[in-house]
Amino acid sequence: MATPISTADVAHVARLARLALSDEELDQFTGQLAAVLAHAADIEALDTAGVPPTAHALPIHNVLRDDVVVAGVDREEVLAQAPAAESGRFRVPRILGEAP
Amino acid sequence: MTANPAADIAGAIRRGEKTASGVLEEHLARVQAREPEIHAFNLVLEENARDTAAQIDAAVARGVDPGPLAGVPIALKDNLCTRGVPTTCSSRMLAGWRPPYDATVVARVTAAGAVAIGKTNLDEFAMGSSTENSAFGPTRNPLDPSRVPGGSSGGSAAAVAAGFAPLALGSDTGGSIRQPAALCGVVGTKPTYGVVSRYGLVAFASSLDQIGPFARSVGDAALLFDVIAGHDPADSTSLAGAPPVASAALEHGVDGLRVGLVTELVGAEGLSGEVVAGTRAAAEALASAGAKVEEVSVPATVYGLSAYYLIAPAEASSNLSRYDGVRYGHRATGAADITDMYIASRSEGFGPEVKRRIMLGTYALSAGYYDAYYGQAQKVRTLIIRDFEVAYQSFDVLLSPTAPGTAFPLGAKTADPLLMYLNDVCTIPSNLAGHPAMSVPWGAGADGLPLGVQVLAPALGETVMFQVAATLERLAPAAGRKVES
Amino acid sequence: MSRSEWEMVIGLEVHTELRTATKLFCGCANHFGDEPNTNVCPVCLGLPGSLPVLNRTAVEYAIRIGTALHCTVQPSLFHRKNYFYPDMPKDYQISQYDVPINADGWLALPDGRRVGIERAHIEEDTGKSTHVGESGRIHGADHSLVDYNRAGVPLVEIVGRPDLRSGDDARIYVDELRAILVATGASDGKMEEGSLRVDANVSVRPRGAADLGTRCEIKNMNSLRSLGRAIEYEATRQITLLEEGGTVSQETRHWDEGTGRTSTMRSKEDAYDYRYFPEPDLVPIVPSEEWIRAVADALPPMPGDRRSAVAAAAKLAPDADPVVTVVRLDLDSLLHAAVAAGADGGLAVKRLANEVASSLERAAVLDPVAFATVVQMESRSALTPAQARTVLKDLLEGGGDPAAIAKAHGFEAMASDALADAVDQVIAENPGEWERFAGGEDKVQGFLIGKIKAATGGNADLKEASALLRGRRS
Repeated sequence: MATPISTADVAHVARLARLALSDEELDQFTGQLAAVLAHAADIEALDTAGVPPTAHALPIHNVLRDDVVVAGVDREEVLAQAPAAESGRFRVPRILGEAP
Repeated sequence: MTANPAADIAGAIRRGEKTASGVLEEHLARVQAREPEIHAFNLVLEENARDTAAQIDAAVARGVDPGPLAGVPIALKDNLCTRGVPTTCSSRMLAGWRPPYDATVVARVTAAGAVAIGKTNLDEFAMGSSTENSAFGPTRNPLDPSRVPGGSSGGSAAAVAAGFAPLALGSDTGGSIRQPAALCGVVGTKPTYGVVSRYGLVAFASSLDQIGPFARSVGDAALLFDVIAGHDPADSTSLAGAPPVASAALEHGVDGLRVGLVTELVGAEGLSGEVVAGTRAAAEALASAGAKVEEVSVPATVYGLSAYYLIAPAEASSNLSRYDGVRYGHRATGAADITDMYIASRSEGFGPEVKRRIMLGTYALSAGYYDAYYGQAQKVRTLIIRDFEVAYQSFDVLLSPTAPGTAFPLGAKTADPLLMYLNDVCTIPSNLAGHPAMSVPWGAGADGLPLGVQVLAPALGETVMFQVAATLERLAPAAGRKVES
Repeated sequence: MSRSEWEMVIGLEVHTELRTATKLFCGCANHFGDEPNTNVCPVCLGLPGSLPVLNRTAVEYAIRIGTALHCTVQPSLFHRKNYFYPDMPKDYQISQYDVPINADGWLALPDGRRVGIERAHIEEDTGKSTHVGESGRIHGADHSLVDYNRAGVPLVEIVGRPDLRSGDDARIYVDELRAILVATGASDGKMEEGSLRVDANVSVRPRGAADLGTRCEIKNMNSLRSLGRAIEYEATRQITLLEEGGTVSQETRHWDEGTGRTSTMRSKEDAYDYRYFPEPDLVPIVPSEEWIRAVADALPPMPGDRRSAVAAAAKLAPDADPVVTVVRLDLDSLLHAAVAAGADGGLAVKRLANEVASSLERAAVLDPVAFATVVQMESRSALTPAQARTVLKDLLEGGGDPAAIAKAHGFEAMASDALADAVDQVIAENPGEWERFAGGEDKVQGFLIGKIKAATGGNADLKEASALLRGRRS
């Protein structure tokens, strides 16, 4: 069984998920996540050697589309929904790092 | 109230005996009377609905058949995209967002002549079992407003139960149609994964989500199912070929059918005695109607809840990443840089349950834990599918309770997430397996509130599932409270 | 330790955009340079409720690339790679992870060395950010603007094994890979437009060591030249660090073309946790044997095969410069036509790699038979090399019949006695030089040949002229 989730784990996960948690939330979530993960101990303990994972319940494959252009959506309609737009683009606060 | 109100309305309108506008006004009047108390809707589409109803009436007047749902008011869960109409998922994150497109199901019901009457409340992003996790306030159970309607499709269940609309669409990831249907005393169906297009359904857990019908009767649920089922090239997980026909065998009875009562689900943790008794009574009723009924073990279903609460949050954590304040939805003001903006927007925009699931799912997928949690849960999925396969070699359908008890009071389970999650213990296995399942009202508990029984079928087994459900409906004991309309 | 005692180990990751009409998962146009956010839809904007549907042609192009790189084409899955970045509309990238469509292939460099290909998988491209502020760059920008036209454009990422040993190797590898990609028709190979992007993993180790050193990933190299420079710079940096007793830390480094240096972008400690998991909105790709075979059968010959054919026809090495040039410039069909018409392969390759290559825009209208005729005339000394070049130039400019062009220029084959007369005349007019030459001073020959060339208006066969000079010496 994995070690119980710690407050530090929860803080790390919050960072990964781009969520800010108050100290109170941090404690609360740590306890609640620990409870759910403790419930999941039953499957952690299960011997599943040789069992393939199921990502899709139904065995379908090769769903493919023809390479034909279809009209998209109007830029103005989309930008009207954006919190901020400028020069036909989505405006965002400054980006501190390069993309991965 | 007739036996199949939606079918009757459509029939009367197609024959010119009623007008869509008249039918709509009757329903709007009920909405006006009780909606302030119930809060089934995030948005009532009075004007749009009146326009649509007028068009239907004009079509009938021209001799054009508006389709099988002619003039039937329908309530749409507010996680179904509606072009130009706010689609909020009951989240502050999406308040005011107007999609530039219609969900495939919305297009289908509209093309069949239905009149969208409103967007219904839900647990935020469909995460919950009581509709209390809505940024816009809870929905109340029309049968007892001190109680929850169940969730996450509580607004749709309540709208149908309250007579606001004879039909509604919901979505079901772990029981979000069936559990509220049981708690509100209506019929709710989760179709086979892939039978109804998910295009335009705001995703919660993509490998589990299915859209399905709510109705006051099995016949009406079948009517709506048959309209929304079918291949959609816009959804890669949509099944090709003709879908099963739900209304094909409603009158056939159950003589000779093999019905298995699932040992593990009848014995699941947290079920009330009256729920178990009700389910056993339903099994006996089917036996007396000619079905061959036996108990059957589907062993891996006991792991369903654990597997679900790893898989669904994991997928959700990824599906909900896009709510970052860049392209649409809530953006926090005053952030110094993009990362601050992400964090502030998401922290302000999401409610506690959504954050909890994002956290859980992010953890389950993070480095070092994938194999123990998400990977293992996917293997459990395989085991559940295998065990169902074995059971379906001997049985046509399976039977279980839907929910652990009758509708509970608001606030009763909000403090303990795990207790709330246990609401889904009987409904989750069908989502993990991708199988269809539906809840049919079956009598009432000691509190006079409805109980439901769940019919489970193998993939694409909707025809026989509806056949058994229709029989249960005919055999069901008198319900307790009903909203008269 | 001197530089020569160190060995560089380089593995490249090359991203190529695919030349499909539409994006990977939606019907928006895959088109470079349009007005911002005009090729967008709910799917590539990541709008709530939208779902991806895979482009068949993108899969076919990926299979072409895998086949051309001798990979095993196999059943594959898509995964989600989760990270937050504004040019990524869903804040996850749909990519392939542990089960890519193409695995375990190789690419042969022109000199015959093989570079392993670990995988070549399909993924979607990101949008583009423009940084607004005084600098116009990411650092110091006030805010940024995002255009999603490129978001969702299909990419194939080709992950090479660490089989390269120098910056030159790396450049040759990318050059060859680019030629292969263009040959498959799957890519336009334009590095300058960003449709071909290269990241380099660089490490160093003492020559002969078995273990690999700690590697750094270098990004932002926008040309073959900067690729070579960046790798050499980075290797030198690592060697210096190690020789000074330091250690290389695993990190991602950014190449700055202006300063000619690499600098830290991100250390391993703050590496991303991408939380890969199978993409539930897509189903597996299981290409049938028939499909894979049909794609392979339809592939044109790859540059390496074409060089081998040219080399055989010209009796040169496959990596000889004229061979490489002829194939690179797609002149090999002219060569093979000329050879088929009876021309000498070696001479034909020489003329193609020089004269034809230098007026490439006219090569398309060059009649292969006329070209073969010029080469043949030169082979049998009916034209001197200079005359042949002139005729070829005219042919390229205006077409026509080589014999007629030669005649119009007065390039009648110069009779041997006419050449002999000219030689004698030059000897008579330059007695001093002749005396020195006759006395064994070979370096004067060039002067005398120059005079003969001038005297004959360039029409002399200079080989024959020099034979005549030497004949008169004894």
